[in-house]
Amino acid sequence: MPLKRADKTPMPERDAGLRAHDFIEVNEGYDFSRAAFEAERCLRCQDPVCIEGCPVTIPIPDFIHEIAAGNMPGAAKILRSANPLPAICGRVCPQETQCEQLCHLGTQFIPVAIGYLERFVADWERDQPLGSAPAQPSNADKVAIIGSGPAGLVCAGELARLGHPVTIFEALHATGGVLRYGIPEFRLPKDILDWEIGLLEHLGVEIVRNVIIGKTITLDALFDEMGYSAVFIGTGAGLPKFLGIPGENLNGVYSANEFLTRINLMHADQFPEMDTPMKIGKRVAVIGAGNTAMDTVRTALRVGAEEGIIVYRRSENEMTARVEEHHHAVDEGVEFKWLTNPIEIVGDDEGWVTGLKCMKMELGEPDESGRARPVPIDGSEFVIPVDVVVLSIGNNPNPLLVKTTAGLKTNEKGCLVVGENTAETSRQRVYAGGDAVTGAATVILAAGAGKRAAAAIHEDLSASLQSTISVGH
Amino acid sequence: MAKIIEKRLLTPVTKLFRVEAPLVAAATKPGQFVIVRVREGGERIPLTIADYDPDEGTITIVVQEVGVTTRYLGALDAGDDILDLVGPLGMPLEIPVEGHIVGIGGGFGAAALLCLMRELSARGNRTTIIIGAREKGLLILTEELAEVCDNLELCTDDGSAGLKGFVTERLQQLIDGDGPGCPDSIVAIGPMPMMRAVAETTRAAAIPTLVSLDPLMIDGTGMCGGCRVTVDDEVKFACVDGPVFDAHQVDFDEAVRRNKMYVEQEQASQERTACRSPAAEST
Repeated sequence: MPLKRADKTPMPERDAGLRAHDFIEVNEGYDFSRAAFEAERCLRCQDPVCIEGCPVTIPIPDFIHEIAAGNMPGAAKILRSANPLPAICGRVCPQETQCEQLCHLGTQFIPVAIGYLERFVADWERDQPLGSAPAQPSNADKVAIIGSGPAGLVCAGELARLGHPVTIFEALHATGGVLRYGIPEFRLPKDILDWEIGLLEHLGVEIVRNVIIGKTITLDALFDEMGYSAVFIGTGAGLPKFLGIPGENLNGVYSANEFLTRINLMHADQFPEMDTPMKIGKRVAVIGAGNTAMDTVRTALRVGAEEGIIVYRRSENEMTARVEEHHHAVDEGVEFKWLTNPIEIVGDDEGWVTGLKCMKMELGEPDESGRARPVPIDGSEFVIPVDVVVLSIGNNPNPLLVKTTAGLKTNEKGCLVVGENTAETSRQRVYAGGDAVTGAATVILAAGAGKRAAAAIHEDLSASLQSTISVGH
Repeated sequence: MAKIIEKRLLTPVTKLFRVEAPLVAAATKPGQFVIVRVREGGERIPLTIADYDPDEGTITIVVQEVGVTTRYLGALDAGDDILDLVGPLGMPLEIPVEGHIVGIGGGFGAAALLCLMRELSARGNRTTIIIGAREKGLLILTEELAEVCDNLELCTDDGSAGLKGFVTERLQQLIDGDGPGCPDSIVAIGPMPMMRAVAETTRAAAIPTLVSLDPLMIDGTGMCGGCRVTVDDEVKFACVDGPVFDAHQVDFDEAVRRNKMYVEQEQASQERTACRSPAAEST
């Protein structure tokens, strides 16, 4: 066996000083020589545990081997058969806590850059001409998908490949869910998203925008009046949490959802060319330290903030953002205030934000999440002068559909309850996956859930078709 | 896309559109709203559903041209399409008591009383509508509103029609026993100062009063939280918890302030678009 290189092949990045002021993608992607060089680092283990770390169980060593062998069509075929959204997942997955964490090379060295290789293959595929449209659906059972976020897109793609006519119902005027309104252009270019969604439409998936299931059409009407045989709920976790501290309704306070949606979906940064306004802050504090918080603070700098500050009550070690997002944020000049707990948002006489009042914290005993509990230090209050505050402390599942549909069981957090292997909710032929089930999580977990639900839906519909045929005879 | 079937000029700046939206029309109940986007790059704005006809598959919306988006919308004609229209959003309005129900409409908010008061009349309530405007020519839909209630009361600032004074003055007279008499329950829809004045008028008499708030929104499904309002010291999302709330519990100071968040930008944007108004562009 050849001696393995300890370090992974670096990802070319745009200069931090330049990129911090525009929305062009930060990571530039491998070229073929870099990709092949990195692919050679894979040990081709007898027990490829990396696959166990992948929510959509991509045969990782197989596609990497094809890259090393120079067989790009082969690599693309293997990848796409397992993951319908590789160009997206290759960019936004937290590989360091999934496949790459389990990589055997990682016991001594830096793991294989599986995510970078996934992205390389998907981007290669994007440059190839689109094949002819597949055969028309062969299976008569129609399936409705609620929401065009990652869970819904993957579920739709899998079902279409299995021959089902599929319709996605999207509440907004644009598709993609959180991939559109949440993740910024510099991390996930929207033409990549459009391309992946275009592939689904090429497969025959129908997408209907501006329809809210539970409001425009009830879930029951999908079955009773519109003839769908199964429904998949992928409505995500789109109800932003607030802290409940004084001043949260001051002008200039946003949820991360609102801040990012105004820019990513409505292009408020281009006001007045675009019609949607927003408050562009000079000093922006973002509360929280997850991926969304990093997206938010880096976006704030790009639209004109002179200072972007992450305020987090725990320490850097407890931060939930991907390592790469944190590293990019540091390079771009984001300021981090760790162990800092916001207790009040203060404003002027006209109700505009002027500052964020905080307390210093220290770490105590581990709490129920296993992370060290932050404890306030008496008398440590201070005010950070800012003119915009964004709360990025998570989302609860959107209750809109559950409120208007009888018999959908949820847990105490409002998440839909589904069978572990069946993905079926408390209603027959109604399935669910993604953040609507797990609470706010990652794109790839949603994709994995969409994939498993598609398999379960196909199995159940095929079984019922079989029993209908045998009864008929 | 939603096709405009009919357009009517109610005042020079207030326009009524009957729009083809069969799924929305079939699902709507009084008190709900739609969100529209009029052009690529356009903003999403909420509009109350004034009326709906499930058989014809149409809804009626009334728009007052106050900003860029409402001006673009106002420039559309019958036969044109509204780029995006989604709904019905929000919770249907529930009247807490039966009896003498008074609907109060200010400005173009009067339109929203159409389907609501028809429904309340049909349920066997005694119904009164009070609408007000600066002058007679700005009172809208008087014939249509007269048909859906037992008494229609008009108020104008200059006395050119009905009572000379504000809707709250006529309301106070009713509370004092005049005309159709004291209301058992009140619904007010219109500009924020008018809804607030109604709330203050009925607070002492403890008459149940509902108002339909009109905060800034993006998605209308609870996703952005931009429409949050404080009601009875609790933060609510008007898009999914409202838009109708107990008038006596609404924090109007905050609601008014939040509605004016982008006034400066909007003015700048209007000045910018004034020289290339939609009307000018289409000629």
